[in-house]
Amino acid sequence: MRRPFSREQRLTIVYGILCIVLIIAMLQLWLLMATMNAYLGGDESVIWPAALVSLVGFGLNGGLLWYLYRIERRQ
Amino acid sequence: MIRSEREELTIPPDGRSLDEQPKWRQDFPIDWAEAHYVSRRDFTKFMVLTSLAFTAGQFWIIVRNFLRKRRGEARIQPIATTDQLPIGGSLAFIYPESHDTCLLVRTAEKTFVAYSQKCTHLSCAVVPQPDKSRFYCPCHEGSFDLATGATIAGPPQRPLPRIRLEVRGDLIYATGVEVKTI
Repeated sequence: MRRPFSREQRLTIVYGILCIVLIIAMLQLWLLMATMNAYLGGDESVIWPAALVSLVGFGLNGGLLWYLYRIERRQ
Repeated sequence: MIRSEREELTIPPDGRSLDEQPKWRQDFPIDWAEAHYVSRRDFTKFMVLTSLAFTAGQFWIIVRNFLRKRRGEARIQPIATTDQLPIGGSLAFIYPESHDTCLLVRTAEKTFVAYSQKCTHLSCAVVPQPDKSRFYCPCHEGSFDLATGATIAGPPQRPLPRIRLEVRGDLIYATGVEVKTI
């Protein structure tokens, strides 16, 4: 069985995950603004693809958070 | 808790040993590493919830778009007679809904243009300035071209929605709205 992560290792992991989550959330914010601009300008072609990409981003973020709680439960 | 265990867990922020710390810190030692870990983890959780809100926003746009499409084309509505407006004159009218104010401008003898009066930046009312061939937004000094509705200056990113016009006899009709991204 693998050894659980030490406290320092977990802190490093949480910093790494936080960086990725922040980058994805900023991309989602940009995507939301761009989609809103397109929608208000009558361009419907980007609405569904943008929603799907945002959903994928949320899925990644949710997965990373789930991993964080999983390594905590292993302690 | 015995002293040796407590020292293993507790790393005071100034790095000195626990015996050198003030009494309150010796009585209530804080596990700083754990505190940092928990605060970062909670911030990560908050950002994931923010990410969920952004995704919900995207789906809200889909719903709004669906409702907009279901509403269909705007109705045909008479808005003015040709002799009501001199060349360079303008007239405000309501189209297509009761809260949508628009502007009709006569640019030449037989040329009329009409646009929504709401600035595409923050929905302030634009003012026609036919002598400068523009619509001017006094809120943030945005300008739109009178002939095309395209942005000329200021913060607006999108052109003014154009109202399609049709002249039948001496009556001018609004027949639809064109929204554009560029």
